[in-house]
Amino acid sequence: MATESSTTAGAIGIDHVRPGWRTAARFAVLALVAACVLLPVYTTLLAALKPGGKVLDRPFVPEHLTWSVLRDAWTEGRLGRYLWNSTIVAVVVTAAQLVTSVLAAYAFAFLRFPLKSFWFVVFLATLLVPLETTLVVNRRTIDSLGWLNTYQGLAVPFLATAFGTFLMRQVFMQIPKELREAAAMDGLGHLGFLREVAVPLVRPTLGALALFSFLASWNQYLWPNLITTEEDMNTVQTGLRLLNASVPDIERFNVPIAGTVIAALPIALVLVVFQRQLVRGLTAGAVKG
Amino acid sequence: MTVPAASSGTSATGSRSPGRVREALLALAMLAPSIVILVVFVLYPLGRAVWLGRQRCDAQARNCRTNGWGQYIDIAQSAEFQHALWVTVKFALLTVPAGVALGLGLAVLADKHLRGMRFFRTVFSSTVATSVAVASLMWLFLLQPSRGVLANIDWLNSLFPVMKRPGLLNDPGTALTSVAVSSIWANLGFTFIVVTAGLQSIPRELHEGAYVDGASPWRRFTDVTVPMLSPTLVFVAVVLTSRAFQAYGEIDLLTNGGPTPQDSTTTLTYLVYGSSSVARSDAGLQSGVAVLLFLVLLVLSAVQLRGLGRRVHYGN
Repeated sequence: MATESSTTAGAIGIDHVRPGWRTAARFAVLALVAACVLLPVYTTLLAALKPGGKVLDRPFVPEHLTWSVLRDAWTEGRLGRYLWNSTIVAVVVTAAQLVTSVLAAYAFAFLRFPLKSFWFVVFLATLLVPLETTLVVNRRTIDSLGWLNTYQGLAVPFLATAFGTFLMRQVFMQIPKELREAAAMDGLGHLGFLREVAVPLVRPTLGALALFSFLASWNQYLWPNLITTEEDMNTVQTGLRLLNASVPDIERFNVPIAGTVIAALPIALVLVVFQRQLVRGLTAGAVKG
Repeated sequence: MTVPAASSGTSATGSRSPGRVREALLALAMLAPSIVILVVFVLYPLGRAVWLGRQRCDAQARNCRTNGWGQYIDIAQSAEFQHALWVTVKFALLTVPAGVALGLGLAVLADKHLRGMRFFRTVFSSTVATSVAVASLMWLFLLQPSRGVLANIDWLNSLFPVMKRPGLLNDPGTALTSVAVSSIWANLGFTFIVVTAGLQSIPRELHEGAYVDGASPWRRFTDVTVPMLSPTLVFVAVVLTSRAFQAYGEIDLLTNGGPTPQDSTTTLTYLVYGSSSVARSDAGLQSGVAVLLFLVLLVLSAVQLRGLGRRVHYGN
């Protein structure tokens, strides 16, 4: 997940540190911190690849490696089922957020309608309300709809996002008005203009929003915990909690560890593929006003 | 009323009002899906929670009786709330400054054209791939006293006996700090990526100018990098602070709000939702604490935006 190559002033050479103790110190510090950052990952991987009884013998030495613990975690932890649940919910939420955000953003950027600033403030206000404050009541709403332990329950409260709306509106505002006027003279209505001109122009931001939404949905922890009581409907995150709560004997204590490794892999792959969108998505909130 | 000729593309007739009505209807249709979701799942629950916060109920929000707005004062003055607020503030103080400093330091160190830097950037970015559950469980596997890898290294736990007895996560003195370490680790990827992107948007001429003027690397860091980066650093600090105030998963998985009886890691969010939390048995109290959490975050973001000293321009 390396970001783009560094840019600061490489051209005139001030960036090229002369070999010497400065460079050595820089590498030493970076290597030390990198070792600390990698330590939990490395030990977790090794612990997942060893038989339970061997994990603590020499925890940093790769020996007695086996796939069997990972296999046990996959079957006993029902991770296939949970990964599937997480995927369905995250894909539905992402697709819906893209559609609802683009539509609302287009209205704010290109259309005139009554009470525009009122609705703008309504959207803005929802940005200030933390999830943690609304979930108490949302759980009751979902319950009264009979949606506990369902995909609807997991996904529906998150089908729209003011963050996505403002992000898309901001890029729509950069599209020259003349473009819209020219399209209108060619007889292109708003929906046609949106589909054929506006959306293709903002595709990079759309990609960033998609990845951001997907990650946010995939990583949800509190909400699925609140509305899931049936084992079958756990997402990967709550499933890991469940797997960890089951306490197997000492010989197999590392089954939850292996489960954690399996649960982490899909997102690691997704991020390797979508590095560019990730950087855009994470920095999107930092755009200057 | 004079109408500019080409202003309204949608009205073919040339008369303005049917076009405007159609435009307004179109806008409404485009906004409707978002409005429905945001009203039903953000604004209604907020209003409902504010209302419920005046009441005492059972866990299912039945058999409620109204206590009046004074109940908010009672909650705010209760020992449980004040304790949780203090724990949350401590958690933010442990995670935010250290998180920002670490991200900034590493981003600056790794932002060079040197062999191997790409590897370091990949390592520091990598923790962004972990969810709160994955990150917390990794640290649990390191720290739990019985079978944790770090807790069972002999020389380490003879140096720090607390690692084995009772365990870093089970000792009231070290539990919150240990959770904070796992949280800083998990947030490093985000911080590092955002700060690195910020560094790369600093115009190269500024560095060149300072270099030509004979500024030392440290002077260039304090006089060019940090000021130019300040909006990015404030953004990172705001995000990390709100994450600290909303921390739940790491507490739930690592300590369950404990160790008891001190409840050393019961943060505000854990007070609202935690399985061992007192507020959970009463939907009224639970809502009350949730609303106070909202108010705290509101005040906090107002303060931070003011500190930011920039005007975010919305609207037309």
